[in-house]
Amino acid sequence: MQRFPCPFCGLRDEREFRFAGEAGKTRPDTTQEVSDKEWANYLFFCKNAKGPTCEIWVHTTCQEYFVMERDSATMEVLDTTPMRKDVA
Amino acid sequence: MTGHRIETRGLIDRSKPLSFRFDGKTYHGVQGDTVASALLASGVRIFGRSFKYHRPRGVWGAWFDDPNAVVDIEFGGITYPNCQATTTQLIEGLVVRSVNAWPTAQRDLKGVLDFAHRFLPAGFYYKTFMWPDWHLFEPIIRRMAGIGTLNTDVQDNFEAAILHDHCETLVIGGGLAGLMAARTAAKAGKSVLMIDDHPEFGGSSYRYPNDAADAPSNWVDEQLSAIEDAGGRVLSNTTAIGVYDHQAVSILTDRGVGVAPVVRKLRPENVIVATGAVDRPITFSNNDRPGLMSLDAGAEFLARYGVLVGHQIAILTNRPDAANVAAQLENAGANVDLLDPKSGAAKTIGSQTIKGLQLAGHTHTCDTILASAGLTPMVHLWRHAGGKLDWDEGRQTFVPSTGPDWMRVIGAANGTFERDALEEEARSAALNAPSPKRRIYSIPPLLPDTNNTEGRQWIDFQHDVTLKDVALAHRENMVSVEHLKRYTTLGMAGDQGKTSNVAGLAAMAALKGQKIPEVGTTTFRPPFVPIPLEAYRGAHRDTQVAPLKRLTLEPDHRALGAALGEYGGWLRPAWYGEDDEKSAVTRECQMARSAAAIMDSSALGAIEVIGPDARAFVNFVYYNTMSNLKPGRIRYGFMLTEGGLVFDDGVMACVDDTRFIISCSSSHADAVMAHLEHWRQDSFDPDRVHIHDTTQNWSTVTIAGPMSRAIVEELGVLDTLEDLPHMALKFGAFEGVQARVARVSFTGDTSFEISVPNSSVSKLWQQAIAVGKPHGAGPVGAEALIVLRAEKGYIIVGKDTEGETMPHDLGFGAPRLRKSAAFVGDRSLHTDNANREDRKQLVGLSVDSGEPLLPVGAHIVTGQGPDRRSLGYVTSSHDSVALERPISLALISGGLAAMGEKVEICHMGSSRHATITSSCAFDIEGTRIDA
Amino acid sequence: MSRHYSAFSVFREGLRGHKGWAPLWRSPAPQDAYDVIIIGGGGHGLATAYYLAKNHGVRKVAVIEKGWLGGGNTGRNTTVIRSNYFYPESTQLYDLSVRLYEKLSRDINYNVMFSQRGMMVLTHSEAEMEIASRTVNAMQINGVDAELLDVKDVQKKAPILNYRSDARYPIHGAIYQGRGGTGRHDAVAWGYARAADQHGVDIIQNCEVTGFIIEGGVCKGVETTLGKIRSDRIGVAVAGHSSVLAEMGGYSLPIHSYALQAFVTEAIKPVMDTVAFSPMTGSYFSQSDKGGLVIGGGLDRIPSYAQRGNTPMQETVLSGIIEMAPALAKVKLLRHWAGNVDVSPDSSPLIGPSGTEGIYINCGWGTGGFKAIPGGGYVFAHLLATGQHHDISRPFDPDRFRTGRLLDEAAGSGIAH
Repeated sequence: MQRFPCPFCGLRDEREFRFAGEAGKTRPDTTQEVSDKEWANYLFFCKNAKGPTCEIWVHTTCQEYFVMERDSATMEVLDTTPMRKDVA
Repeated sequence: MTGHRIETRGLIDRSKPLSFRFDGKTYHGVQGDTVASALLASGVRIFGRSFKYHRPRGVWGAWFDDPNAVVDIEFGGITYPNCQATTTQLIEGLVVRSVNAWPTAQRDLKGVLDFAHRFLPAGFYYKTFMWPDWHLFEPIIRRMAGIGTLNTDVQDNFEAAILHDHCETLVIGGGLAGLMAARTAAKAGKSVLMIDDHPEFGGSSYRYPNDAADAPSNWVDEQLSAIEDAGGRVLSNTTAIGVYDHQAVSILTDRGVGVAPVVRKLRPENVIVATGAVDRPITFSNNDRPGLMSLDAGAEFLARYGVLVGHQIAILTNRPDAANVAAQLENAGANVDLLDPKSGAAKTIGSQTIKGLQLAGHTHTCDTILASAGLTPMVHLWRHAGGKLDWDEGRQTFVPSTGPDWMRVIGAANGTFERDALEEEARSAALNAPSPKRRIYSIPPLLPDTNNTEGRQWIDFQHDVTLKDVALAHRENMVSVEHLKRYTTLGMAGDQGKTSNVAGLAAMAALKGQKIPEVGTTTFRPPFVPIPLEAYRGAHRDTQVAPLKRLTLEPDHRALGAALGEYGGWLRPAWYGEDDEKSAVTRECQMARSAAAIMDSSALGAIEVIGPDARAFVNFVYYNTMSNLKPGRIRYGFMLTEGGLVFDDGVMACVDDTRFIISCSSSHADAVMAHLEHWRQDSFDPDRVHIHDTTQNWSTVTIAGPMSRAIVEELGVLDTLEDLPHMALKFGAFEGVQARVARVSFTGDTSFEISVPNSSVSKLWQQAIAVGKPHGAGPVGAEALIVLRAEKGYIIVGKDTEGETMPHDLGFGAPRLRKSAAFVGDRSLHTDNANREDRKQLVGLSVDSGEPLLPVGAHIVTGQGPDRRSLGYVTSSHDSVALERPISLALISGGLAAMGEKVEICHMGSSRHATITSSCAFDIEGTRIDA
Repeated sequence: MSRHYSAFSVFREGLRGHKGWAPLWRSPAPQDAYDVIIIGGGGHGLATAYYLAKNHGVRKVAVIEKGWLGGGNTGRNTTVIRSNYFYPESTQLYDLSVRLYEKLSRDINYNVMFSQRGMMVLTHSEAEMEIASRTVNAMQINGVDAELLDVKDVQKKAPILNYRSDARYPIHGAIYQGRGGTGRHDAVAWGYARAADQHGVDIIQNCEVTGFIIEGGVCKGVETTLGKIRSDRIGVAVAGHSSVLAEMGGYSLPIHSYALQAFVTEAIKPVMDTVAFSPMTGSYFSQSDKGGLVIGGGLDRIPSYAQRGNTPMQETVLSGIIEMAPALAKVKLLRHWAGNVDVSPDSSPLIGPSGTEGIYINCGWGTGGFKAIPGGGYVFAHLLATGQHHDISRPFDPDRFRTGRLLDEAAGSGIAH
């Protein structure tokens, strides 16, 4: 059982968290023309890196989304940071 | 009689006799015995039969390292298959059966298989049984295989618990090294938990009795007192089963046959592994005969159970401490021959059990052989934690090298076999100081001799893997360590290679002309010892598996005789009254259409979206345009996934420009909530829009039907209903408590949803029933509602939609083409796939007059024979009470453009016909909804 | 030397101490160049090599494996074989596999022990029975054997399951595919490897690909720990690590890697003659010929390249097994482990050109790649030999993520992969 540090609640059991996707994806502006390829890249394609990764997770009990850097091979958690701009 | 009990020694209580049965005979032991020690003390040698050749099997090891003495145990009407006789504590009344033997282990008729051994080499089954067909042979092979026998009648009555525990320093193994480490850590102020899988702490210390004052048990008691005095805790009968990510350790306390095990999960800051080492068998001819045991087993049976395993004992080992054991055995009354296994080829003499040992041409008469090719440290937990191993040439074994800094391995588990080296090593581990360097230690290598192929030399006792099998694997190029294991099944038995792996690796290394570390090891996987499946269950049992959500009104429904059922994770009334389902649903449908249905709609999700950006937010998460929804008005809409698929449907009310109330499917509230939070935090300023799930705080009573207006007026929640048209919302009060009244309908009739805080709903419900009764209205359950909504073609997401359904497949195409603002899933509605004309679309189906209902799940098909293909399927089907005919909803490829067409319906191989219609079958003009 | 396997050859070798058995495969050094290189010596890679040589006459084929043959998911799965799918496209692919499996032991002269003991997907409510009949009808229309069992039929086939009506998930019936069952997973890898080797395929173990040779945007070979090996056509079948190779090859994939756990108990005498899956608990089990209960369930929840699992899913899966069959509570778990699987957005595989010329991919099999080995190898060999899709693999081309024509079985049928 792993433990992740929620930036708001501290270390919690992995069962309280949900993986929400890789970090760094920006939703294309759909009011403008978006090609099939662009949309597919946004919607489906990913790096899925072995080793250090940067991901978005949600702590389901406090519902805050945050960025977690961790190692997908060793399972070591490297850092977590909130997504909210008003939190240092 | 070979093995027998002596007058002294042992941690047993000779004054407490216990009786039990083994293979139909009654035996006696004493308190403190294991099944194995009691049987050995009674002179039993053959405990069972091996897996493949049905060779007789006796005890090899004295504890978890014994692969041979596997038995089935029956106690209290429950079977415990595949128990290790050496670790099972004896209690009164156990019924013990040997495995893999018929009628008994002593006389097993399948023992004849051993004569055919030359035709049953490793993996013979891969080369045979292909002709005429594997299925002819498989049932026979399955019956021959397997070990224990399970009584399958047993019902569930197990109470195993999973607990969370905490300590700073966990010491695994309470032998000499573990005790020293735990004591030091506790005295240094650490919160310590020390565990040991034996009932008594002390490990191997009992093998070395001194004078009474300095007896091992006194020393052990002293350590335990010191640990407990310093605030430490100890748990006996407790095994560490595995180490998992992020320093998690699971330990299991085995409280004996008939008592449920307890698992504790911990995350200590430091883990000290002092799990000891076990003897490795010597690979020589017929080394599998009962009466040949490990050196430590001979010492342990004497020290812990007062059992002398033989009269005439030959010790065959390269271990330097063998003389010690020999002296103990001689003191207990045995004649002991200490023999050098390096002096020449060895072979046991005897048929069923040991009669002698032939070594370098000399025959030594003996009834028991104690053998060891050296010690194998139990490094499993170190490997679970990611620690590495080095081959230690002097010790002739793998020992821990680099690894996690929070785990230390000490004592024999670390290859520290010298007792006088333990103190310093234990202290350094306890205080997190640098480890002392390993001392020089050297034993003569005693590895399988691949040049000596005489007879059969066992490597894996339980699975009958011999040196010849390793040679065969080598010959066939199955040389990787994993191929060796999987091809020959070496190391896959109950002990998972604890006794056999090193010999197997050494043999393969010799055959390949490589060094042992070049061959490598297989992966060490949890659990450390086999443990019952129930140990993983904990609270995941019965109603705690996916607990049902309960309605505030449940007692009221029960009082009305409701049949309750599970709908979307909620326990809801299915129908009311004493009637059978069909009559009840018919009656409720009639009541709903002629008077009014009074329904509990509290399970529907109620999620509030609040804040200055709330309007922009709901416009973004809904497929439908929500930006122009006026305060006090309600709109129906879809939420989509970013892939454009229908995720949920429902109505949304605008309270004011900064407050909206989303009503979603009852089964979806949690998922919708998560979906909304996702987009709120991804695409909006979370300080300007807030989402709050009020589902569990509010309850809703719905009154729907021609008489609903009159009933609601009498309830007096609103002063007037005049200015509350269909799809509008107003706030009122019920008995002084705030109430919301929404004009939305899931039946097609005039309908009022009255929402109040949970605390007021029972009163509201009872009043509604009382007020409704004179109007002919009454309670209506979920089953009738499902029929009523189907008559109108109102969908249930997940039932009438599938994982490909987009909103335009349901007849809601306008926003896709017209909505200019961005919304979730928008771009996905314009892929090639979204534009296909043969998409499955929601339609109705009608059957000819007098024909029965179409079954749900029936397919609409086209073509014949191999060209037959499905165009879609029936998603809902009901006998409409109002229409007095069956109605169906279906998803059909291109269905919206095929109104009136007759289609073929296929169900379980038979065929019939139906006509495609509009999905709405009742009150098509919609006059009743605002009557 | 005994090369052909039969009861007679085992008997003959038995008389002479089994000294004459030939190696299952050679261990050749890599040549400088091949017609086709397959990266990944698992079931899919080895089957592809075999069909390339046998069906397409491609002469110079190499399979490159970084570890030992069958050491990935081929040797870590729960050995279920079935084709109980909803969409015709999936049915065609997976039933091709089942049909090839039915003849495989004799085709490659190696007993893979395909045991067609039947596969059942339990239903726990009347609503699930309706969805089950939708699936059964679909399978029958697609030409695959399927039956809808009621609870009595289920009890006859699997008396050990929980038939109490007050169970959290009472059994109402099942979707049953009689041709489904289990196989011996290692034997599939070894059998294909031996057969491919006999057709001249070079199987190179302990050889890790460290990069691709890209010239003018076109792939011309691979760099490995044993040196450069050239080829104009490279097939990548490295489930669990597909994205790692994609990064090296300059293409991207819609795949996440997850750990999938599996469990085996100690061997007991036969108590279960079929495979049973409960979608409500997500757990399933069968009993191996050796006697161990082979148990599986859902994915761990954390994207992972670690071939080990965590306790939450262990508890979910094993408690689910006890819900299904309470009599198993006292059976002892012997070992649990995990493999890394490729999870694609629609849980269907990706077969087709990678996006980098010269590299073709076979990946994304999710939790169910083992059952697809013969079919996957068959169509991938066709793609590598001809450069064109086989009709059966066309719908699985990665271009479906641009056209939106996903094949999401879970969504269509309610059956997890």
